[in-house]
Amino acid sequence: MYWNKSLILNHMLESIDMSLVDWSRGQFALTAMFHWIFVPLTLGLSFIVAFMHTIYVKTGDEEWKRITKFWMKLFGINFAIGVSTGIILEFEFGTNWSNYSWFVGDIFGAPLALEGIFAFFMESTFIAIMFFGWNKVSKRFHLTASWLTAFGASLSAIWILVANAWMQHPVGTAFNPDMARNEMTNFWDVIFSDVAVNKFLHTITSSFLLGSVFVIGISAWFLLRKREVLFARRSTVVAAVFGVIAAIATIATGDTSARIMARKQPMKFAAMEALYEGQTHAPLVAIGAMRTDTTKRLNPQEEFIFKIEIPNALSYMVFLTPNGYIPGISDLVYGNEEQGFMPYEERIERGAVAIQTLKELKKAKERGDEATYSALREKFNDPVWLDEYYQHFGYGYYKGRELKELIPNVKLSFYSFHVMVILGGHFLIISIVALWLSLKNRWGNHKWLLWVALITMPMPWIASQAGWVLTELGRQPWVVYELMPTISAVTRLKPAAVQLTFWIFLATFTVLFIAEIKIMVTQIKKGPGGK
Amino acid sequence: MFRRVFRFYYDGFRKMTWGRKLWGIILVKLFIMFAILRLFFFPDLLKRDFSSDEERADYVLEQITNP
Repeated sequence: MYWNKSLILNHMLESIDMSLVDWSRGQFALTAMFHWIFVPLTLGLSFIVAFMHTIYVKTGDEEWKRITKFWMKLFGINFAIGVSTGIILEFEFGTNWSNYSWFVGDIFGAPLALEGIFAFFMESTFIAIMFFGWNKVSKRFHLTASWLTAFGASLSAIWILVANAWMQHPVGTAFNPDMARNEMTNFWDVIFSDVAVNKFLHTITSSFLLGSVFVIGISAWFLLRKREVLFARRSTVVAAVFGVIAAIATIATGDTSARIMARKQPMKFAAMEALYEGQTHAPLVAIGAMRTDTTKRLNPQEEFIFKIEIPNALSYMVFLTPNGYIPGISDLVYGNEEQGFMPYEERIERGAVAIQTLKELKKAKERGDEATYSALREKFNDPVWLDEYYQHFGYGYYKGRELKELIPNVKLSFYSFHVMVILGGHFLIISIVALWLSLKNRWGNHKWLLWVALITMPMPWIASQAGWVLTELGRQPWVVYELMPTISAVTRLKPAAVQLTFWIFLATFTVLFIAEIKIMVTQIKKGPGGK
Repeated sequence: MFRRVFRFYYDGFRKMTWGRKLWGIILVKLFIMFAILRLFFFPDLLKRDFSSDEERADYVLEQITNP
């Protein structure tokens, strides 16, 4: 299998097998999506628990202690099942994406090391105090531990999101052609890039919203069964307040995210709206369904069977004026001189020059040709050459390949974006209604509303996963935007070996998921107890 | 101080009820991940197959310049 060195070398110069890329991507997606079942609930529930714990410490009301302990227990189950599932992603970097993990160099290493040092240990220590500390440590210290657990969880998320943001928008680094890796030139540029800041804010606020909808949904179940009514109503109030704030923040950061994407990743933006021809006064498709047309210039091309549009909204969303030009997929692929978009054919040529330069530099170094080496090495320090050629490096891999390989899956990008947005709106409404009726002491009087809250409970996971599908799939074929495509990032292993681990993961994850649901449901059915 | 901290954790684990099952899951999971997956299926290839960063860089350069 793939723990054999000779196997790697044998495959080194063979042409890339697309099924290898697909299986490797599938394996990574499976692991990341499984990991992401647990992370947002940990982030959201930790803060809700901290709020409830604060109310208990402030009021001394034992009912709030029961409430805090119940949600803390669900937080613990989720944390225990989910903890370390993310480490598998790091295994995959080293085995399945070895070119990529070398190429990104310390961009990934530094943030992940910081995550390990600051957040993980902080989280682990304070979680222990949070669970074992009842009647053992002072109330205030115990409460501090709950808050530090919540902040520690979000702190953990910062670093991996910064690393992901760099892959979407590589800044603050320089490529070292001798070592074939990117080296950080400005740490602050990496962590404070607008993509990183917004990605972090959008991810944590949407996770807070997920936690709120979860608490509202479980509480609705208790109210429907007329069990633990006070517990359920109080839980709903805390979750609804947090949910309304989180929903508004999620929508605001989502809006900023779209604006940033339109400028930094116009192909993803065009794909998520299935916009093929660029235009000013571009409408936003509120809802629509598509079919594939294989007769168009961009073959295949998605066409709407039906759609409901909001006139001018897309241009307005990006430029705050309807006159803003939104490039379509055709503008980006075939170029649009008037709007300043270079055709992909040209970018491919320039990228191929950059790859060839790197290849020649390596050869010159090997044969000890100092003059040639120095001349070529200098290019990688020349801002003009970097701008004209290295910037298009990744496109060079598509020389002789079909242009459509540079277009992400439009249908999936469109649907994942719209599912996320529509569900986000639904969560805001649910949170507002739950808060409004709770304040009027009428939450629980309408059975159908409780059913809606209960049915809504799993939906934030769908929205959250859809958001990541758009982020990662809409960026395709890039692993590092415009510099490294999947075909170059993947380790050239036998596809069968990757398939094997894919199925092992699927089986393991299924068992873990069933365990989580089973333990969670058992504890929910038991209720807060302790009266 | 050390004794108090030890006692805190010791009592916490000893009095655990539903948490025991979770610890069981965590330990089985960590065993599968590190003793099976990491060891047999997911070696860090560049770390394992090359002894220096120069060799690793050379290998990756070969890979990424031969699309």
